[in-house]
Amino acid sequence: MDIKIPMAGSIVKINVKKGDIIHKKDTIMVVESMKLEMPVDSPADGKITEIVVSEGDFVEENQVVAKLE
Amino acid sequence: MELSSDETEMFKKVLIANRGEIAIRVIRACKELGLNTVAIYSESDKNSPHAKMADNAVKVGPSPVTLSYLNIDAIISAARETNADAIHPGYGFLAENSTFIKRVEEENLIFIGPPVDVVEKMGDKVLSRKIAVEANVPVVPGSNPFSDYKNAEKEAEKVGYPVLLKSVKGGGGIGAQVIDNKSELERAVERTMKVSERFFGSNLIYLEKYIKKAHHVEVQIAADKMGNIAHLFERECSVQRRYQKIIEEAPSPYILPVTREKIINAAVSIAKTANYESAGTIEFLVDKEQNFYFLEMNTRIQVEHPVTEMICGIDLVREQINIAMGKPLSFLNESIKPLGHAIECRIYAEDPKKGFLPNKGKINRYEYPSGPGVRVDSGIEEGMDISVYYDPLLLKVIAWDRDRTSAIVRMIRALDELKIEGLKTNITFAKALLGTEDFLNSNVHVQYVEENLQNILQGDFI
Repeated sequence: MDIKIPMAGSIVKINVKKGDIIHKKDTIMVVESMKLEMPVDSPADGKITEIVVSEGDFVEENQVVAKLE
Repeated sequence: MELSSDETEMFKKVLIANRGEIAIRVIRACKELGLNTVAIYSESDKNSPHAKMADNAVKVGPSPVTLSYLNIDAIISAARETNADAIHPGYGFLAENSTFIKRVEEENLIFIGPPVDVVEKMGDKVLSRKIAVEANVPVVPGSNPFSDYKNAEKEAEKVGYPVLLKSVKGGGGIGAQVIDNKSELERAVERTMKVSERFFGSNLIYLEKYIKKAHHVEVQIAADKMGNIAHLFERECSVQRRYQKIIEEAPSPYILPVTREKIINAAVSIAKTANYESAGTIEFLVDKEQNFYFLEMNTRIQVEHPVTEMICGIDLVREQINIAMGKPLSFLNESIKPLGHAIECRIYAEDPKKGFLPNKGKINRYEYPSGPGVRVDSGIEEGMDISVYYDPLLLKVIAWDRDRTSAIVRMIRALDELKIEGLKTNITFAKALLGTEDFLNSNVHVQYVEENLQNILQGDFI
């Protein structure tokens, strides 16, 4: 499952790493745009199989930032 | 022709340490006073209207705010380079940053705003509450500052849920969170501390009793160096999302005349106790029974200052500049009687249908309203890129008329004329909200937008 970012901005914090088991609604990372910080929460329970961004990266709306299995 | 500029003026060239609509607003006031202006800009703002409008413009750094609009060294160098002798901070960025104000003074530049000690005590949420208590003004029940969960738990029990967590050094609602019960507290404390640390450089937070269905009413203060302290009546700013204002008006349609008198006296009393100087705003919450509580003071010009200017006929930025020059308040010998009603709509680059998420993009089309009783304070132009780096405020539309209903009708007409294409904005949302029965009847409290979002979005205007 692809985890997408809801708005363009910069990644200020990543809370998980590859292989982590996470639960639905756990905050995976935090994106900041125009002074607004927004948590990116997991849509389901599962295991993080890939993280495709780093802290400080700029991301576009709907860009895939991590993969969940 | 200009309003002042004799040889004895304390300063002749003002650097505006800001961007967007407020930088332009300050440049306009300076021009009318015959003062030269210096704009600063970041990499992504190099073609911005504010940079083009000033007499000089200096690039202070790359796009991120910490490297540009918050870069104190670069801003001071820009002032030195251009021989500016005063700095106007606008709002946000460094406007209430005491390190910056001290530095400005050390460099023998004039800070157009209150003295640093006043900013320090009134900008500190806990100290300013003490001053309000000293001035015999009721405050929202609140806690001492803390930076750990144990104290948060104790304080929350004392104050009673629901509580609002806030940064001691913060502002603009950044990091503020409502907590309904103990189970939510630990995570919220951690988050508010982190946000506070990142945005304001301190993880000290505190909590307040959360007052349901309160109205936000604030009083405009102006005070000169001679000790004259005056008020310019109140504004109501209850239309908010994420603790940030969307629509403001003056006078408040909600408070009774007797409350107005009390709240204005309370504000003047706080300003006197704080030895206030320059323009400033004292914010209150007013509950269902018209009880009011001091919330905080903003020691700067506010986004919504135009509604006060429209009903009072006073230019607040010009007053700020004159006060900084050591002149008395310009309206000391007049009794100011507010005339009519003014409303301001903040137009943001955001998507109300997606929880007001900010929205970047290129402005492909921009047509702004005009005509009788309409003022537009804008920071944008056609072809401009709106980046992710800065606040999503694009422009403000202000409508004035003899009475509130006429002002609402005029505002809706103005918003009909406003066309922005290329990114999502809250224009339709603002129109829908202005057209609700609840807005007409002044039933809009500070949680109203969150509680009624779907109804507003489904209104006739959408």
